[in-house]
Amino acid sequence: MKLNDEELAIRAGELGPLRQWAIEHQIKVGDYLGARDFVPVGQAHIMADTESLGAAGVAWLEHWTTLPAGQRLVRIPTITDPRGTDFAHAARLRQQPWMIDLEHRAIAAFEALGVLMTDTCINYQTIMPPVRGEHMAYGDTGVVIYSNSVCGARSNFEGGPSALSAGLTGRTPRYGYHLDDRRLATFLVELSWTPRELSDWGALGGVVGRLAGDYSQVPALVGVERVPSADEIKHFGAALASFGSVALFHMIGVTPEAMRLEDVVPAAASLKTHDVGEADIRTLRASYAKDIGAVDVVVFSAPQLSLVEMQTLAAMLDGRRAEIPLLAVTSPQVKPDCDRMGLTARIESAGGTVLSGMCFYQSYAREIAEANGWTRLATNSAKLTNILGGYGYRPVLLSMEQCVAAACAGGTLT
Amino acid sequence: MSGKIFYASAGMGRKVQAQALVASDGFSARYDLDRIRGVFSRPEHKLAGESYRGRVLVLDAAKGGVATAWMLYEMASRGVMPAALVLNRVNPIMVQGAALADFTMISGFDVDITKAIANGAEVEVDPTAERPFIRVV
Repeated sequence: MKLNDEELAIRAGELGPLRQWAIEHQIKVGDYLGARDFVPVGQAHIMADTESLGAAGVAWLEHWTTLPAGQRLVRIPTITDPRGTDFAHAARLRQQPWMIDLEHRAIAAFEALGVLMTDTCINYQTIMPPVRGEHMAYGDTGVVIYSNSVCGARSNFEGGPSALSAGLTGRTPRYGYHLDDRRLATFLVELSWTPRELSDWGALGGVVGRLAGDYSQVPALVGVERVPSADEIKHFGAALASFGSVALFHMIGVTPEAMRLEDVVPAAASLKTHDVGEADIRTLRASYAKDIGAVDVVVFSAPQLSLVEMQTLAAMLDGRRAEIPLLAVTSPQVKPDCDRMGLTARIESAGGTVLSGMCFYQSYAREIAEANGWTRLATNSAKLTNILGGYGYRPVLLSMEQCVAAACAGGTLT
Repeated sequence: MSGKIFYASAGMGRKVQAQALVASDGFSARYDLDRIRGVFSRPEHKLAGESYRGRVLVLDAAKGGVATAWMLYEMASRGVMPAALVLNRVNPIMVQGAALADFTMISGFDVDITKAIANGAEVEVDPTAERPFIRVV
């Protein structure tokens, strides 16, 4: 990679050993992926729950915190993805003291590095949405795909070490979705059916993600009958990124870089077209519902719920009672509004639990399943459905209304 | 097939030799693994139930989210990890994770590497060569 004077100075250690490690890490990554140089970024977003970090990762972070402030503090706004617990409800989840201790240590380490503990995967809805063309170093695949596709920002998937590096150096290697030519469509999806509710948007993301298959693919969707809401496109993007490792999509006539098909499909290109309809969405849903007559727990998470989703859930629970655990996970930015507007009280008076600043699958999902006897899980998040099988769950993808009905029927699925 | 060599477009880490564990399927540390037991745990994965400890994983594409960027380092700290990862196609997360963990990985072949290497074959992976490669020994 071609380095400017400042980057050479960082590499030489003139700004301290942490920034030196950061740029060496970035060069290693950039060399592997063919970056020619660096691009300045406006924000970094770090995924770093302690199930992922482990004791080794937390100790690695801590060993940098003894440096002088000038050598350890991030240089650009650097925020965090959900943590591995909501401290107020850790006992309710039956998380172990060692998990809570690790979380406290990780938070202290990040704070010492100047990181803002936003603890959210919906920062594009609640913190500072990126601007079209703005280069970012975002972690969390759902954040990246929404920012790239809906906001027109430019980011690759930046895992925790690389997002932290970007925070420390203020730049990231220029490869992948920082480049114009990588943002063109690579295949088309002709939709014959437009989803109506959130879990169907997620299921559509899953179907398209399976068609995509890898990170280099950029689907362009044709035939969407109406402009989806921010929450609908959030679920679609999160599932597309999860099932397909996809970081960018275009929705013709909807997303900003694809007002017309020819904006993202070069004239000479002959792209493969896949027809996707309601039957494909039903098939994906059905693949997760085999032999499950009842569920042990209902979870709304991944992505964290917006204020509007929380309002919808509260309305569905009014006058009813959840007979099995019902967990609703939102961000630390949305939660105070839920408290102030009475949504938390409505959900919890119906037997639900409102969790903040965490994400279900990032919160020691295997261990809390074993501790609580949870195996069969209902959710309206296709992303969560895709992830939890590896953690030993048998998930089922339902609408929010069906999830609430199951919770109020003692887990029985109708 | 002994001696057959397949060149990759990129590599990092150290030269290793171990038995290959091969499948035409993806890879994500969070989605696919029980990292404590060191086995593939996702029921739909073609290697479900198989131990990956000390094996050269030969798989199709990097999948899933960003967690693998930390998880490879955590796995290495406990010594419960593959010997190397050989992929047709990577995503940035695998590269970032391998860079942090100093983990051996090569990717990008002229052939489908999951079809070219037999499951259980003894293989050498050398990311340090001028052209990184995997070779059946």
